[in-house]
Amino acid sequence: MSLFVRTELDEHNRRVEWLVKTLFLLMTVLLIIPVALIMGILIQRGAPVLSWGFLTEVPTNGMTAGGIFTALIGTVWIVAVALLASVPIGVAAAVYLSEYAPDNWLTRAINLAIINLAGVPSIVHALFGLGAFVVFFGFGRSILAASLTLAVMTLPIVIVATRESLQAVPHAFREACWNMGATRWQTIRRVVLPNSISGILTGVILEVSRTAGETAPIMFTGAAAFLPFLPQGVLDQTMAMSLHLYVVSTQVPDVPDALPFGVALVLISMVLVMNATSIAFRIYLRNKRKW
Amino acid sequence: MVDNAPKLSVRNLSVRYGDKQALNGISLDVFPNEIFGIIGPANSGKTSFLRALNRMEEFDPNMTVEGDILFEGQDITAIRNVYALRRKVGVVFPLPVGLPMSIYENVAFAPKLGGIKKKAELDEIVERCLIRAALWDEVKDRLNALGSLLSGGQQQRLTIARALSQNPELLLLDEFSIAVDPVTTMRIEDVLKELKEEITIVLVTNLVQQARRLADRTAFFLESELVETAETEELFSGVVKDQRTRDYVEGRFG
Repeated sequence: MSLFVRTELDEHNRRVEWLVKTLFLLMTVLLIIPVALIMGILIQRGAPVLSWGFLTEVPTNGMTAGGIFTALIGTVWIVAVALLASVPIGVAAAVYLSEYAPDNWLTRAINLAIINLAGVPSIVHALFGLGAFVVFFGFGRSILAASLTLAVMTLPIVIVATRESLQAVPHAFREACWNMGATRWQTIRRVVLPNSISGILTGVILEVSRTAGETAPIMFTGAAAFLPFLPQGVLDQTMAMSLHLYVVSTQVPDVPDALPFGVALVLISMVLVMNATSIAFRIYLRNKRKW
Repeated sequence: MVDNAPKLSVRNLSVRYGDKQALNGISLDVFPNEIFGIIGPANSGKTSFLRALNRMEEFDPNMTVEGDILFEGQDITAIRNVYALRRKVGVVFPLPVGLPMSIYENVAFAPKLGGIKKKAELDEIVERCLIRAALWDEVKDRLNALGSLLSGGQQQRLTIARALSQNPELLLLDEFSIAVDPVTTMRIEDVLKELKEEITIVLVTNLVQQARRLADRTAFFLESELVETAETEELFSGVVKDQRTRDYVEGRFG
């Protein structure tokens, strides 16, 4: 009996344990409150305007009525073109940095640059995009310029996610392949990439969410407040969900109260659906994990 | 055996990692169809020796190798086509590494890299190598199962099958029995005895008795130096040039 009696010290440890656990739980709850509030208010006030027509009709009456079709399709354009640019570049850069780059000052400088790129405010990216893509390269205000601006901004996400998932593949696998006479590329293609694809895709989907939601970078470079038609190619301007939300919330008089909430709800739903896809995909791939 | 030309001639080989000397000016010969044992305590340079033989410094910018390594008379320390060298040399690591692919693909990997595409030919290689590595009977019904999910002992035999799949002329084993149960160890040892009819084997081992059971000749490494090389039986019957060898073999340190 007396062997397992709680001592003064045990009692103290138990109280500290309880305190720490409760405190951290509180922090966690605190963290979900804003998210829950945002979703709750959006659904409560935005849901009434949602309808099939809202998604498939163009805005009318100075954007105070009609739907959001042009903005929705515009966002799809912008995201797709941005991915086409950033995913190949980002993955290639990450493969180089993780698998080929020697550990020297240049590599360290590049890594530092990537971290800094991630820290640059989006408005600075917007001005860069305006100068570089709109003016210097002469793409004008277009989907191409907007997407490239977003691609530059989101490159660090792809690079970091890819590099981390490449490095999660055990080094012993690489050595085993090299010892069999495989080149670095053969090793990467047959063993490293197939086993890091889930991490890479997670990074890509994170990037999609970010790209869909950004406003400032596209405002100066290719997104228009209002266009009555869909873009026909990458050199056209387009409407976009994020900018549309900004415009109907602040720039247009006499917008029905529910409309901006509806736009925000659609935008946030797009992002949530993509995140959910990413999580589901990750779970699926984790179950297929091979070591 | 000793009347042949050496399969491998190492002259004045030094290996450094940064400032740290791992191997200091060793010279030795390995002859065809022998099992050449290397014994010595931890950090005596045994693994560095194997790494140098397979030109692993290519993948470790920190590692520098000096001296000559002659493979069938040809110096390999300067060749550009290290891939051809590595195909001739099979390596088995201390911890088994089943690649995250099927058992079949593990063994077919190197032949595929070598350009073999015909299914029948690959099937034949996979079966032959798994049989030689004493694993065929246990896995023949589940060749599509993941190699990385086999037990440790099975994975180590899979690693050996994989090393054999590239038809190596030289097989390097680095303390292969560390993560393997005694029964599997004995099975692998039997495999090695059969294999030496066809290929040359360098066996690094931390088990002095394993060297005694398998090796024709044995080298004793200590503190980055080669203390001596001798016929294994002589080494174990006390005919040694250096007192330190006797002490190590008889278990007085190490």
